[in-house]
Amino acid sequence: MKEGQHDQHIKKYGMVIDLDKCTGCGACMVACMQENNIPFQKDETDKMLSITWLRVFKLDNGKPYPDTDICYLPRPCMHCSGIGEHGHSPCVSVCPATATDYSMETGIVSQIYTRCFGCRYCMAACPYHVRHFNWWDPVWPSGMERSLNPNVSVRMRGVVEKCNFCFQRYQIAKEKAFTEGRTEIEEHEYQPACVEACPANAITFGDLLNPKHKVYKLKQDPRAFRLLEKLHTNPKVYYLSSREWVREAGDNYIENEKVDVEPKKH
Amino acid sequence: MKLSRRCFLSFGIGAAAGITLSPLPWKLTDDISIWTQMWPWTPVPPDGAYTYENTVCTLCPGGCGITVRKVDERAVQIAGMEEHPVNKGGTCILGNSGLQLLYGPFRVEAPMKRTGERGEGRWKRISWKEALSEVSSKLNQIRASGNPHQVAAVSGSKEGTVARLINRFMTVYGSPNFMTEPSIQDSYEAMLYLMQGATGSAGFDFENADYILSFGSGIIEGWGAPVRMFLANSNWRTKGTVVQVDSRLSNTAAKMDRWISIEPGTEAALAMGISHVIIKENLYNKGFIKEASEGFDQYKKLVLDAYSPARVSDVAGIDPSVIEEVARAFAASKHPIAICGRGKGDVPGNIHEFMAVHALNALVGNINSKGGVWTLPKNEYIRWPHPIMDKVASLGMQQERVDGAGSKDYPYVQSLLNRFPKKINEGSAYPIEALLVYNSNPLYSMPDTKAVQAAFDKIPFIVSFSSYMDETAKNADLILPNHTYLERYEDVPTPNGLQYPILSLAKPVVKPQLNTMHTGDVIIKLAKCMGNSISGAFGWKDYKGCLKQTLGSRWNQLYKKVYDVDSGFAPNKWVFETPSGKFEFVSSLVKNADENNIGIPHYYPTALEGDEKKYPLIMVPYGSMKRATGYVGSTPFMLKAVSDETLVKNDVLVQINPKTAQNLGLSQGESATLTTPVGEAQVKVNFNEGIRPGMIATPTGLGHTGYDEYMGNGKGVNANQVIGTVEDPLTGLNMAWGIRAKLTRS
Repeated sequence: MKEGQHDQHIKKYGMVIDLDKCTGCGACMVACMQENNIPFQKDETDKMLSITWLRVFKLDNGKPYPDTDICYLPRPCMHCSGIGEHGHSPCVSVCPATATDYSMETGIVSQIYTRCFGCRYCMAACPYHVRHFNWWDPVWPSGMERSLNPNVSVRMRGVVEKCNFCFQRYQIAKEKAFTEGRTEIEEHEYQPACVEACPANAITFGDLLNPKHKVYKLKQDPRAFRLLEKLHTNPKVYYLSSREWVREAGDNYIENEKVDVEPKKH
Repeated sequence: MKLSRRCFLSFGIGAAAGITLSPLPWKLTDDISIWTQMWPWTPVPPDGAYTYENTVCTLCPGGCGITVRKVDERAVQIAGMEEHPVNKGGTCILGNSGLQLLYGPFRVEAPMKRTGERGEGRWKRISWKEALSEVSSKLNQIRASGNPHQVAAVSGSKEGTVARLINRFMTVYGSPNFMTEPSIQDSYEAMLYLMQGATGSAGFDFENADYILSFGSGIIEGWGAPVRMFLANSNWRTKGTVVQVDSRLSNTAAKMDRWISIEPGTEAALAMGISHVIIKENLYNKGFIKEASEGFDQYKKLVLDAYSPARVSDVAGIDPSVIEEVARAFAASKHPIAICGRGKGDVPGNIHEFMAVHALNALVGNINSKGGVWTLPKNEYIRWPHPIMDKVASLGMQQERVDGAGSKDYPYVQSLLNRFPKKINEGSAYPIEALLVYNSNPLYSMPDTKAVQAAFDKIPFIVSFSSYMDETAKNADLILPNHTYLERYEDVPTPNGLQYPILSLAKPVVKPQLNTMHTGDVIIKLAKCMGNSISGAFGWKDYKGCLKQTLGSRWNQLYKKVYDVDSGFAPNKWVFETPSGKFEFVSSLVKNADENNIGIPHYYPTALEGDEKKYPLIMVPYGSMKRATGYVGSTPFMLKAVSDETLVKNDVLVQINPKTAQNLGLSQGESATLTTPVGEAQVKVNFNEGIRPGMIATPTGLGHTGYDEYMGNGKGVNANQVIGTVEDPLTGLNMAWGIRAKLTRS
């Protein structure tokens, strides 16, 4: 959708995750699985193969006992908008099938399963490992398909999938607004499943451009940082942490790596 | 027309260029990807009318309100109920994946009778009529022989109408052996009785507290009502200080404002040390001590004599200045609370540790006042007339319980399930002929699984009311499956640790999916099959009728709103029901309280099972929100979220400090044998800097042998196989927070 095509405002949906509040409990992961019809297998311990759109990682400061510290970091899709907000996210740039696209209306990086033919370029391009490939057809143990969500299509073998900020919820909210004669939706009308579930209220979601939305202010918090900013992917997921080692871990460098000069302006 | 080579080539190139530039290849690629995806076996979830229904989650005693999203008759999502005061819209990982428990193939489909050997898994489906007559004829037979006390029952909870119905059934039948699953609530209740004379449960006004001193409590790992604790913790991140005392870098220790790492099992010593500083520096609440307490001088003498920071620092392995700092900060805070009960709170714990910690609350006078520890009366909404007992019942009820609870040796507790297997294995005063198990899975969730299994093997008739094919159901003779929590009515009393009474009502959101029956109905029907002396106590038509009558005028409100808060509740500030009418530092309810300080808060080292020379390490089990440890197992979605630092393929990883591992010659990921005096397990080693050198931490909630592979059957090791019990000398409750162990290369 081109900019200015509609009379509504352009949005840039994003997330702010407060790592001081996050307890690593995993409720967000499971809420995401239930909402998005994510399949499961008997063995899910190989995390390279286990499909999780949102994964909670554990970070540690590498110090010996008792100076050790750990922090949990939930990682959804970063919905990178790239340099200059042109939507040149790493995955969109490489997809030969236009199966993944950057929406200028919402800032969401989509994934259109029926277009994807499984070349997995996007998986290689994504620096955050948010993308997963369906190596097998999804099979639900007898009876368990009854809890599938009709708003999300079930993916099949051979396609790539990832977090889309529960885009179906945006569509439902838009439809509702439309039938009520509104062009804009309220902040609370569109919230992804993980945000809704978080028992610690650690995740905040909204339009990063809208000063009335909570995320607008939160992203300016002095504790805020984003993951791998040095790559200039311009992610729309912000993290907050009062611990310096956690903020530093957001941009990890390998030993003796040449640190980039001036970061580019986004 | 003659086709020249030149012409042929240009035609060919032209055609190739034309096709390439035409939409054809792109269309074909697109079509191929579509065709190869439209397989009939890929489910297409049917659409329909969306509805939302509110109910209460009863998967744990946390009491969260939930909103279930339905598409026609299918439940498709569980979210937290925004208006419910306990969880305010949040859910935990188990609650969120609850639909998998509703629709899973590991449910018991109908009443089942065992046909093969016990545990073999060969079952015959029977009708409900047959099932009820099987149980009633067996129970009648035992009763006719004059031994009704030889029937025992285990219930997951002691509160609520279903547990009370079972208890009532046992009473009129004539058996005192009604047992409940243990937790730190038991220790808190015993402590409140001893120090405050209260018969009630402990509530914590966390929302108004500003300094929390936690002695190993897993604030964000399932302690209390989990979601409520998460919310409280999020508030403390901006206003409040939480200090976590822990011998391991638990999640709670990592996320709180300060972690104090101490020698394992020395929590009580530290609490006494903090007391020492508060008393010595005159920082205590003089008003409370003078007006509302008794025995302070004796306690003061003990604290000043034996628990100086220097001495405590030797025991607990921390700097004396840390003790002083914490003591001053605690006493200087407006609403400080000290809490205890390790981890999730599955193991009741050492009563003197509870007393030592609670004495801190008394020193600052923060009992039954804003931001403090409150006493909640027992749920009083169940007011059934006393049942009339016949002679057989009266004689049976006069028998001593197998577990000894309530006897002169263990007068402060109502149930001691931890002692039950031991007594049976040792040869109790009388045998147990039949066992009823409701909302509980002792063969999985009780320490020393082998001993529990041996005890169960001695019981000739076991009936399980489980909805799922769990370990206990698998080893039962008869399964009378209950509806799952989303298919049934149930009253939900105040969740653990909440500071005000709240009653919620769970309602069926979907029709029963299988041929199951509400256990409340089963008990009422069973009573009716068993003759007048028993059925007389069960005048209700069915369970719903019983519940409606019990809740009386509150039913309508509960039915509409799901919850009902007792808004008139306020704690009686500084009022105590002890014989002295005051808070007792030296409990007058304990005979010879001075003897070895048995009635006074104090510290003594826990005698862990095992010889130090043979077992040089200390093993502690540790819980996580991601792994369910109670009656309900972890769902497939939860297992997806379990870290690969805990479980890899079918191997559990035990956490060990790299230094300790290197001393043992073990490398990261290596297979090893974990041996304790209780059992042996094959494990893998995971280096973890958060573990104190000399210790091993084993994750709980894995290694199921019931359910199915999607629910973790055969994945890892059940930590209960390698840990035993240690009896608290005053209460008899289990206080084993660890066990001696060794880890060797295998």
